Amino acid sequence: MLEIKNLHARVEDKDILKGINLSVKAGEVHAIMGPNGSGKSTLSSVIAGKEEYEVTEGEVFLNNENLEDLSPEDRAHKGIFMSFQYPVEIPGVSVTNFIKTAINETRKANGKEELSAKDMLHKIRETAALLEIDRKFLSRSLNEGFSGGEKKRNEIFQMAMLEPKLAILDETDSGLDIDALKIVANGVNKLKSKDNAVIIITHYQRLLDYIVPDFVHVLHNGKIVKSGGKELAHELEDKGYDWLK
Amino acid sequence: MSKYTEDDLKKELETKEYEYGFYTDIESEKFPIGLNEDIVRAISKKKNEPEWMTDWRLDAFKIWKQMEEPEWANVTYHKPDFQNISYYSAPKKKPELESLDQVDPELLKTFEKLGISIDEQKRLSNVAVDIVMDSVSVATTFKKTLNEKGIIFCPISEAIQEHPELVKKYMGSIVPKTDNFYAALNSAVFSDGSFCYIPKGVKCPMELSTYFRINEGGTGQFERTLVIADKGSYVSYLEGCTAPQRDENQLHAAVVELIALDDAEIKYSTVQNWFPGDKEGKGGVYNFVTKRGLCETNAKISWTQVETGSAVTWKYPSCVLKGNNSVGEFYSIAVTNNYQQADTGTKMIHLGKNTKSTIISKGISAGKSQNSYRGLVQINKRAENARNFSQCDSLLMGNLCGAHTFPYIEVKNKSAQIEHEATTSKIGEDQLFYCNQRGIDTDKAIALIVNGFSKEVLNKLPMEFAVEAQKLLEISLEGSVG
Repeated sequence: MLEIKNLHARVEDKDILKGINLSVKAGEVHAIMGPNGSGKSTLSSVIAGKEEYEVTEGEVFLNNENLEDLSPEDRAHKGIFMSFQYPVEIPGVSVTNFIKTAINETRKANGKEELSAKDMLHKIRETAALLEIDRKFLSRSLNEGFSGGEKKRNEIFQMAMLEPKLAILDETDSGLDIDALKIVANGVNKLKSKDNAVIIITHYQRLLDYIVPDFVHVLHNGKIVKSGGKELAHELEDKGYDWLK
Repeated sequence: MSKYTEDDLKKELETKEYEYGFYTDIESEKFPIGLNEDIVRAISKKKNEPEWMTDWRLDAFKIWKQMEEPEWANVTYHKPDFQNISYYSAPKKKPELESLDQVDPELLKTFEKLGISIDEQKRLSNVAVDIVMDSVSVATTFKKTLNEKGIIFCPISEAIQEHPELVKKYMGSIVPKTDNFYAALNSAVFSDGSFCYIPKGVKCPMELSTYFRINEGGTGQFERTLVIADKGSYVSYLEGCTAPQRDENQLHAAVVELIALDDAEIKYSTVQNWFPGDKEGKGGVYNFVTKRGLCETNAKISWTQVETGSAVTWKYPSCVLKGNNSVGEFYSIAVTNNYQQADTGTKMIHLGKNTKSTIISKGISAGKSQNSYRGLVQINKRAENARNFSQCDSLLMGNLCGAHTFPYIEVKNKSAQIEHEATTSKIGEDQLFYCNQRGIDTDKAIALIVNGFSKEVLNKLPMEFAVEAQKLLEISLEGSVG
């Protein structure tokens, strides 16, 4: 599904990614771990197509299509979703209105008709129930005054609504208490299928107790320095990152 | 209003130039340019006006001649040459219409382009429309239903003929001829406009709606609107506007007077999208409007405006809260883009006891535009326990535009309570990227953010108007970031 080949990227003249190779197949869950400043968040931003990040070398393919010239919204339309570490506030725009717009824009881009109000409402209710989200929450302004946990749950709610092919969860566990973490993880697990893939970007192994990865990669200084199975995460938890540097 | 779909929006966003900039080829009758007593007389004669009206106009003209154009607003523009304007233009065959079939098909086509199908209005939205095309009203609908309730809703020229006692009593009572330069000019040369009277205790069963439209290049339009809500009555009045694209600036100087007698309520909503000029700031309408309402005891006047058009706007819909316990409200969204300039706000004059006013102003600036809020809250000596709440929010896009706030507060009674809040914010790259990542492109994202920002005001608009207003916000800010 996702092929990253020798990816180099920089932001403001600073080289951050220095040759990433990664292959993610449908049905797989990959965890990318690493210390602060190793390039984890840069990697997710580059995949999502954030403009400030300049790809200097290498390529990213989604289902064999080179993403190079695609805008962030084009990439979203092709099924890339990124859960933000710091979701932004949009005052006056309700969660419902926002997700409705996102879904219909994506559907239109893919030549589909807009979802009818009835179907939309049904889908919203179903998803809210799945993620144990109070309906009152849906009429609040997007992320405005949300707690850390609410923001992350809202991200997962949007993910569930948009049904992406590739979901990148960027530090989704940060700022979550254990109950919120379980709900978020539970949501991700329910949405996982053989047709989609998940990349979990995290500093800690905590979330991986609940979303079990098929592969774990360690990012250090802009490169993947070690890859392994789920047991690698536990090893990192015990030994820290220093032994890999 | 017909239902506005996302596809319609997309189509509109593809059209970068002002899409209403077409010209309707209807035979027009037009006066020679220039302004003098003879022209004023000619306008009056053209309309078969009684002598008192002619005299009223001539008096206004005398006053106007002695006045100077105001310069205190935070706008700069080439002053119009008042001797280089034609003061009257009307479709030549003024039809006396009973049904739409009799309307000039060219005119109907124009309405179609504007998305105002009268037929549809009739069927779907329960809105009576008195359409002002250039200066003469050409079609009035729903008259019958209104008649049954005793409601008068007609062109002001007709009201002068048929209801002279009401016109004589109220016209110029809130905005006197001497009020200001443009009001005086309007009083002398007003071409047409709407008149509305709601009898005692009657709740107007539908939104009354007027579409103004400037046609015919080089013709200034001077509308005169008078709305009288008699004791205990209620009316919601909608005014929406578009103008065709023209190179030379067009002057628009309207006067709107509202009278809410004891226990009456008037809700006056405006969507204004006159041609704002092109991307280089060429052309566009000058909109110098005087709007004011008077509230008697327990009365309420609520102004709601969405201003996206015009090259230069100078407009302060105001409330004189004369009666005890009267309420004034002003809800405004003003959008400026490219080289547009807007100096707009309100005046809340508290005269009576326990009077209350609310001001919510949302200014959105993009391009190289300048957007100013100017508001006066005046609490007079006898106005015990007056209260005002003002909130002025500005949203900026890019680094070349300006947002300004000029609040004036004059308090002469110690029991007054006044609150003023103001915020300024900017659409952030991170907000746009977040939307992009969810599949929402930048133009749509801006529309979403702006609509969110303006929500408190949009919510005040009648349903069918809110849709059009949202669509206007989107069109006028298209391509303003990136």
